[in-house]
Amino acid sequence: MSEHESGIQPSKPAVWNDPKYRALFFQVLLVLGLGYFFYTIIDNTLSNMEARGISTGFAFLGEAAGFGIGMSLIEYTEANTYGRTFWVGLLNTLLVSFLGIIFATVLGFIMGIARLSHNWLIAKIAMLYIEIFRNIPVLLQIFFWYFAVLAALPSVRQSIDLGAGVQFNNRGLYLPSPVPEDGFSIVVWLFVIGIVASFFLARWAHKRQDDTGQQFPIFWSTLGLVFGLPLLVFLAMGAPLSWDVPELKGFNFRGGVTIIPELLSLLLALTIYTGTYIAETVRAGINSVSHGQTEASLALGMSRGQTMRLIIVPQAMRVIIPPLTSQYLNLAKNSSLAVAVGYPDLVNVFMGTTLNQTGQAVEIVFMTMAVYLTMSLSISAFMNWYNKFMALVER
Amino acid sequence: MNKITSTIALTSILAFSANTANADTLDSIKSKGHIQCGVSTGLPGFSNADAAGNWQGLDVDMCRAVAAAVLGDASKVKYTPLTAKERFTALQSGEIDMLPRNTTWTLTRDASLGLNFAGVNYYDGQGFMVTKALGVKSALELDGAAVCIQAGTTTELNLADYFRLNGMQYKSVTYDTSDATVKGFEAGRCDMLTSDQSQLYALRIKLKDPDSAMVLPEVISKEPLGPVVRQGDDKWFNIVKWTLFAMVNAEEMGITSANADKMKSSDNPSVGRFMGGQGEKLGLGDDWAYNIVKQVGNYGESFERNVGMGSPLKISRGLNALWTNGGLQYAPPIR
Repeated sequence: MSEHESGIQPSKPAVWNDPKYRALFFQVLLVLGLGYFFYTIIDNTLSNMEARGISTGFAFLGEAAGFGIGMSLIEYTEANTYGRTFWVGLLNTLLVSFLGIIFATVLGFIMGIARLSHNWLIAKIAMLYIEIFRNIPVLLQIFFWYFAVLAALPSVRQSIDLGAGVQFNNRGLYLPSPVPEDGFSIVVWLFVIGIVASFFLARWAHKRQDDTGQQFPIFWSTLGLVFGLPLLVFLAMGAPLSWDVPELKGFNFRGGVTIIPELLSLLLALTIYTGTYIAETVRAGINSVSHGQTEASLALGMSRGQTMRLIIVPQAMRVIIPPLTSQYLNLAKNSSLAVAVGYPDLVNVFMGTTLNQTGQAVEIVFMTMAVYLTMSLSISAFMNWYNKFMALVER
Repeated sequence: MNKITSTIALTSILAFSANTANADTLDSIKSKGHIQCGVSTGLPGFSNADAAGNWQGLDVDMCRAVAAAVLGDASKVKYTPLTAKERFTALQSGEIDMLPRNTTWTLTRDASLGLNFAGVNYYDGQGFMVTKALGVKSALELDGAAVCIQAGTTTELNLADYFRLNGMQYKSVTYDTSDATVKGFEAGRCDMLTSDQSQLYALRIKLKDPDSAMVLPEVISKEPLGPVVRQGDDKWFNIVKWTLFAMVNAEEMGITSANADKMKSSDNPSVGRFMGGQGEKLGLGDDWAYNIVKQVGNYGESFERNVGMGSPLKISRGLNALWTNGGLQYAPPIR
C-alpha cells in the first residue's frame, strides 16, 4: 500500500470498463438468459399440454399400476403403484448392469492377458473370441442368445436336471435358494468380520514386510479368515441352513430362485460383447509397460506370475482404467436393449408399459433420462476415484 | 428407438410452439396430398403388408376410406408401422394424422392422453391361446402359467385383473411387438398367449403349425377397437368419425362398391343424401361418401375381405354385424 500513497496511483477504470465487472456482468446476463430460456420452455410445455388435454404432473406415480411384471427384486403385485414400477425397473437395470460389469471385467482381463500368452493356441483362441464378438452388433447377439440358444432348450417337462436341484429349461435356470435357520446369522457375521480382519491383517503384513523384509502367508490366512472359520463354525453348529429346491408343480417349477432366460441372454450378450473391448484395453495397457520392467523383475528373481501381478498389472492399470470407464458406461447404457427380448428393465417397464398406460411421455422420459445420467455419472465418479487411487504416486 | 424420436418431437413441439392452437389437420393433408396413417407392425386382417409391400386390413381400409373422402383417392395414404408402445406418442406429436391400429377405447386414453376415439370399427374381447398339448379346456385351469403378452396394451391390465379375481398366479413375459410375442409362445417360453380374440386368430395363422394351438372359449373383457385422432381439431375428428359411419350406413342401405354408380340415381332419399349434398358440412367434396364406397367398399365388404369368410381368418360377424342383424354396428343417419 505504501507505493500507492507515494503518489503514482493508477487511475481506477470506470465500472463499465473494469474487466472484472464486465465479465461478471456478462455471466449474470448469460445465466438470466438461460433461466428465461428454460422457463419459457417449461411454461410453454405445460400450457400446451393443458391446451391439448394431456395430463401433466407426477400424480400418476401414486396410482395403482394394475399390470404384472415378470421379474422383480422387490415385492411387487398388480395392486402396487406406478411409482413402484419405477423402482422395480430401476433395480432390474442395476442388477443386469452390475452383474454385466463384473463378468465382463473378469472375462476381459482373462482374454486380454490370454491374447498376449506365449502359448500359440491360447493366444489364437483369445484373438478369435475378440475379433468375432467385437464385430457383431450387440443387439444381434442378444437375439442370438435368446431366440437361437436359450429358446432351443427343452421344455419345462423335459427339463435338464443339472444335479443338486438345479434345473435348466427354456423357461430359465432354476436354482435352489438357501433358507437360513436359527443361528445362521452368526456365520454371516463371522464372514463379515473375516473380511474386515483380513483387510487389517494385509496392512499389517505389508508394513512388516516393508520394515523387516519378512513375508507373511497373507493369501492362506485371508482364505482361512474369510471362508475357513465361518465354514468350521457352520459345520460345528450342525449346518443351520436348508434349501428350497425348485419342483415341477402344474405348469412351471416353483420354489427356489429363477433366473429368467431374458436376463440370461442379456447378461451373456452384454458380458461377451463388452468383454472383447475390455480385453483389448487390457492388452493395450500391458503392452504399454516397457519390456525392461519384465526383464528387471525376472532379474530380481521374481516368478512370471509375480512379475505379472506385482510389476506389470499395477503399472498397466493406469493406462487401462480411463478407457475401462467408458466400457462400463457403454455396458450400463446398452442394458436398455433389454426391451428387445422383454427383460423387465427400466426402459421396458417404466418407459414402456407405464408410459403407455398413463400416457405421460414427457415426465416419464425425463425421469428415465435422469436415471441413466445419474447412473453413468456415478460409475464415472467411482472410476475417477479409483483411477486417482491407482495413479502413480511420486515420492 | 422410434419412440424416442417421437417423444423428442412431442417435447419440442410442446416446448417451442408458442401458438397453442392445433394446426388444421385437414388443411395440412390437402397441402401435402396424402394421409399419414399409423398402423400396427403387422397383424393379419387388421393391418399387414403383403409380399409386395401393400398394406391390407380392416384398419388399413379405414385409412383408405378417409383418403377417399378427403382427397378423392383411396391410394393416397402413407403408413407408419407402430408398436403398441409407440402409437399414442406418434399421434400426439403429429407424426401421423390418424391412428386406426386395433386400439381399445378406454376412459384413461380418451380423457388423459389428449386424444379422441372416432368410433368403433371392431368390437373385440380378450381371450387366451394355448398349445393343444397342454390339455387345458378352460382359462380357469391356468393357475401358475407363464403368459406371453405384448407390452403397452390393455391386455396386460385385463390379464392381471382376471387372474387376481380368480385367485390365480401367473408369470408375465412382455414383448415389444406381436411378432416377438408369437415367437416366444412358439418357442415354449410361455404356456399361453393372451390378446384380443381377433388377434389370437390372426396370430394363430402365423404359427408354423396353426393346428398345434387353440383359442380358449373365455372372453374376459370388452375391447372396442377404433380409430383415434388428436383432441382439439374437431373438424378432422368429424371427418374420421363420419367416414366410419358412412361405411356402416352404406352397408345398411345396401350400397356396395359394385353398385355405387347405379345407386347414384336411386329414388331413396337417404341414398340420395348419402351420394351428395352433405359433404360441405364436413368441409369435404360433395361425393365424399360415394368415393368411400366406390373405392374401398362398405363396412360389410371390408369386414368380409379382411377378417371374415373371404380371408384366412374366417371370423364370423358376431358383435360386428349390423344392428339390424343382431350386432352392435349402428351408425347415426346422414342427413
